[in-house]
Amino acid sequence: MAGVAQVSHSVVRASSRRSLLRKTLDNSEFWRGIVAIIVFLCLWELGARSKQLFGYALPYVGLLPAPSEVVVAWSKVLTKPGYWESWYQSFKRVLLGFLAAQVIGIPFGLMLAVNRYFREIFFPPFEVLRPIPPLAWVPASLIFWPTNEMSIAFVTFLGAFFTIVINVLGGARTIDVRYLRAAQSMGASQWHLFWRIILPGTLPSIFTGAAVGMGITWEVVVAAEMISGGGTQGSGGLGFFIWNSYMGGSLPQIVVGMISIGIAGYLSSSAIRWLGNRVMPWRHLF
Amino acid sequence: MHNTDSGMDGVTATHTSDIGKARVELKNVSKGYGEEWGRQEIIKNLSLDVASGALTVVVGPSGCGKTTLVNLIAGFERPDAGEVLLDGRRITGPSKNRMVVFQETALIPWQTTFQNVVFGPKLRGDMKRKELRKKAEELLKKVGLADFMHKYPLQLSGGMQRRAELARALINQPQIMIMDEPFRGLDAMSRGLMQEFFLRLFEENHQTNLFVTSEIDEAIFLADRLVVLSNRPAQLRAVIDIHLPRPRHYQMLNSPEAYQYKRQAMEILHQEAMRSFKQTGAFGPPGTTRS
Repeated sequence: MAGVAQVSHSVVRASSRRSLLRKTLDNSEFWRGIVAIIVFLCLWELGARSKQLFGYALPYVGLLPAPSEVVVAWSKVLTKPGYWESWYQSFKRVLLGFLAAQVIGIPFGLMLAVNRYFREIFFPPFEVLRPIPPLAWVPASLIFWPTNEMSIAFVTFLGAFFTIVINVLGGARTIDVRYLRAAQSMGASQWHLFWRIILPGTLPSIFTGAAVGMGITWEVVVAAEMISGGGTQGSGGLGFFIWNSYMGGSLPQIVVGMISIGIAGYLSSSAIRWLGNRVMPWRHLF
Repeated sequence: MHNTDSGMDGVTATHTSDIGKARVELKNVSKGYGEEWGRQEIIKNLSLDVASGALTVVVGPSGCGKTTLVNLIAGFERPDAGEVLLDGRRITGPSKNRMVVFQETALIPWQTTFQNVVFGPKLRGDMKRKELRKKAEELLKKVGLADFMHKYPLQLSGGMQRRAELARALINQPQIMIMDEPFRGLDAMSRGLMQEFFLRLFEENHQTNLFVTSEIDEAIFLADRLVVLSNRPAQLRAVIDIHLPRPRHYQMLNSPEAYQYKRQAMEILHQEAMRSFKQTGAFGPPGTTRS
């Protein structure tokens, strides 16, 4: 294990030799992305202001709030604690549901993969429950769980859980049998096989499952917040923030909420990617 | 299972008697897969002797059951009938006394070369940390990977991977090495180099080795004894003792003796290939089908 620490250390050192900022600024891919976003915003602005500019509102796009209006709305909202409270609430729910799904889903998936009897017993009911969309669980969980908060957390948990389990199961089942055989020849016990071969061999799938699951949790949490109504101002989360803006008729603010969720989701999946690269140094060598 | 392992006392262990000197016998072994209605007979009534301290090479048409043979001797699978014996004792499961070098590479991708090599002894805890480190470094140096110790398998070339795998097997001081088409998939150049490298390693200690291949030139170049198998189900077709002098050099393959051996083996393999074409109902084989 000392070896792993050593190597991942040197890999990290190599990448930090040039500072991250410098590397980003030198990267043409980065600049293409920036230009693409700017062009997109310009077209959007033009489309949204088509009535003023050309005297004729383009269909659909003409009805959108212009990016500049969104920025204005955003700057107003930024100073309000309610907006940040919404971020906090949504993040909290996503993390809660997501972590619970990981903590339960990974061992569950591994058990399904490793133990035949366990799989024969638990896989069929799992497969029946899996196709039920998380949102279909909302009414039932609102009735079942004592608080709104718990039902939202439960629904987000379900969103990630099934994806995680399927990924872990698939990953663990497709580990090359030669690794297991080689280890067995060298005297590995079941315990060793699990910790040295099966678990690290499943890590890539665990992270794939996490990345997909994280996306789903954001989808689900927003919908669940809208449905459950959230209550007062901030405690509703970003989903309720959008809903509230809709009820208040503020189109720019709806877009603010949407983009906020986009950013939140991006931050979450970046965190997962970063962690994945740290944990699996052997996968990103080139 | 574990033999009287007196050889754990360090670097000189390769000279103790039971390391690399096992004799393996197959007695009337049969193996098949599937239920009765769709049963595939892979190995049929095969008796075979892997002599102690010799390099036995098994050749046969591809898909003839060579890998199954390897699995039986390694203990990953059990025969349906007959028995597989190591020094007269029945093989019941995998053991560090029978190390396999697998087709393609079976280095564990999430471990560095060094970690792969020390994997076995570390699991079993049969060497002290320092001693193990020294031994591993020594072996890695021997296979020319001292500078690649802390690289992951994916960072190594094909030839390096095979050498790392050799080191990983050797450190366990097996009584027999089983090589399942170890150089398959390498380009011709590295393949030739690996064969010579492997020969040097073998000629140093003369440890019992069962080498499976579908390349007839490779087989003759390496073998003390050549075992030719039939098409599936694998049966023994011929045993040819190869009396080429050791140490061997690549040029020896061009000698008249080597040519004789090759003709002899090709004759049999060709018949087998023809037979397989007939079985599958294909038209005649195009020209002389090799390997």
